[in-house]
Amino acid sequence: MADTATSTARAGDEGGMNYLERLPRRVVTVYLPLAIFVFVLLFPFYWMAITAFKPNEELTDYKNYSPFWVVRPTLDHIRYLLLDTSYPGWLLNTVIISVAATFLSLLASVFAAYAIERLRFKGSRSVGLAIFLAYLVPPSILFIPLAVMVFKLGLYDTRFALILTYPTFLIPFCTWLLMGYFRSIPYELEECALIDGATRWQILTRIVLPLAVPGLISAGIFAFTLSWNEFIYALTFIQSSENKTVPVGVLTELVRSDVYEWGALMAGALLGSLPVVILYSFFVEHYVSSMTGAVKE
Amino acid sequence: MADTTAIGSTRQSVPLLQRIENSRMALGLIFLLPAATLLLLFLTYPLGLGVWLGFTDERTGRPGIFIGLENYEYLWNDSVFWLSVFNTLLYTTVASLLKFGLGLWLALLLNEKLPFKAFFRAIVLLPWVVPTVLSAIAFWWIYDAQFSILSYVLQKFGLITGPINFLGDPTNARASVIAANVWRGIPFVAITLLAGLQTISPSLYEAATLDGATSWQRFRFVTFPLLTPIIAIVMTFSVLFTFTDFQLIYVLTRGGPVNATHLMATLSFQRGISGGNLGEGAAIAVAMIPFLLAAILFSYFGLQRRRWQQGGSD
Repeated sequence: MADTATSTARAGDEGGMNYLERLPRRVVTVYLPLAIFVFVLLFPFYWMAITAFKPNEELTDYKNYSPFWVVRPTLDHIRYLLLDTSYPGWLLNTVIISVAATFLSLLASVFAAYAIERLRFKGSRSVGLAIFLAYLVPPSILFIPLAVMVFKLGLYDTRFALILTYPTFLIPFCTWLLMGYFRSIPYELEECALIDGATRWQILTRIVLPLAVPGLISAGIFAFTLSWNEFIYALTFIQSSENKTVPVGVLTELVRSDVYEWGALMAGALLGSLPVVILYSFFVEHYVSSMTGAVKE
Repeated sequence: MADTTAIGSTRQSVPLLQRIENSRMALGLIFLLPAATLLLLFLTYPLGLGVWLGFTDERTGRPGIFIGLENYEYLWNDSVFWLSVFNTLLYTTVASLLKFGLGLWLALLLNEKLPFKAFFRAIVLLPWVVPTVLSAIAFWWIYDAQFSILSYVLQKFGLITGPINFLGDPTNARASVIAANVWRGIPFVAITLLAGLQTISPSLYEAATLDGATSWQRFRFVTFPLLTPIIAIVMTFSVLFTFTDFQLIYVLTRGGPVNATHLMATLSFQRGISGGNLGEGAAIAVAMIPFLLAAILFSYFGLQRRRWQQGGSD
């Protein structure tokens, strides 16, 4: 929301000094470097996609076929992936785990953010700071003790192990994001409701949450993407093939001995990336504004 | 909704439920309960457990006993551990500097008046959205020893004679993993800095231009000072995530060749989970904490001074 406000404010100023720049100069200083950036940033995806559709004989034969194009596209790799491996199961696991972890984190975060930002109880500032610090604790230093705990709790090799541990990095992020959104809702609305006899619960569900829907969407897609991308916990806590998530499954099950089936690997990477990319393309604006908003706080 | 008679009556007769509702302290604690339970149980407790495990000889399937500083003494004399510390510092420093430089450049480019600006902004963020492991697998294929597309192109142009051994040679492997990390990190730095750039009023640039400032001076004395707070935050996050990186190395090299790309996180995984020495793995993870604290404190105090400077100069 703030983004659109600044951009409309800027619209009046736009073009102010641009007449000072000539076109050839702009090509060298702006368009050319930008084109190189975009090319480098996108090339691995192109390479991933083109490899996924290449038949095996074209894959490594750079003499007779140009590596940059595919002459006879094939769906063999994708068919192999979907029919002869546990890939569909990994996709399903990843969806279930991501949705459950996101839902759990959002629920906890909404209450926490409302309490810290609006109830203003004694010590709420320090709780807010503690939650921010929790976000700075990286999974790489937690996975060993968590593995010990998961094993003792009997959750080893189950989806619950991941559903319960993902909130450790999702809750701090979502709470921080939602605190910013709640802060932007005027106090007066709540005061009016309190005078009219509304309970805190009614205020939260009927006034604050409907106004914070953009924030909820942002936090939700962010949490979903982060869970979808998570790797180290899934690698450590899951053993059996049928419980694996997509990133872990592709890496540990599709790579066999020394013969790399690059076609199948790339198809697995492509299919595993598509859901988050599609989700992202629907909510780009939410995504960008929440990412920048969370950092700006 | 509550019966209106309660308002007129004395305090003692107010039902417990309503008393809780009117006390912000009690209500606050109840609202915080779900988040606090999850975080205390799965974040704070494991953090403490990790420190404790570092002092024990716990192995998978066998509870450990307290052995004091033995794990740390062993690591102190372990050349592989020190190599991983060196690698981590090198990886973090080089990758963060490159991410910052290139990210800032990209942000400045995207801040220009461009056609399809929103489209570019969306496209540029893609490497950051896609799961790291999956894009790392694409890099693995790009870095293939025999069929690397990079080697192919360089050979076409006649720049090299044979294929480059990207991941098999220590120096090449280090450069390759850093390049992949920078590729993934640029979008985050660029988009957040772009948000910072968009808050800078164009009239400041116009004023500077009227005063005869060159484009470099406009950047150095207008853009950069106004951007420092956000740079500090972005780079703190970037440094933290690079320092604790695990996925990229695990996919591309698993720490090889001859431990040349082992980071502390991957070494901790190798010793703790693959090797079963949970105590030693936890000790390596704990050894990362001082570095992380130093990075956080550095940026925190750096940020504080900047804020004061800006407030004071007005």
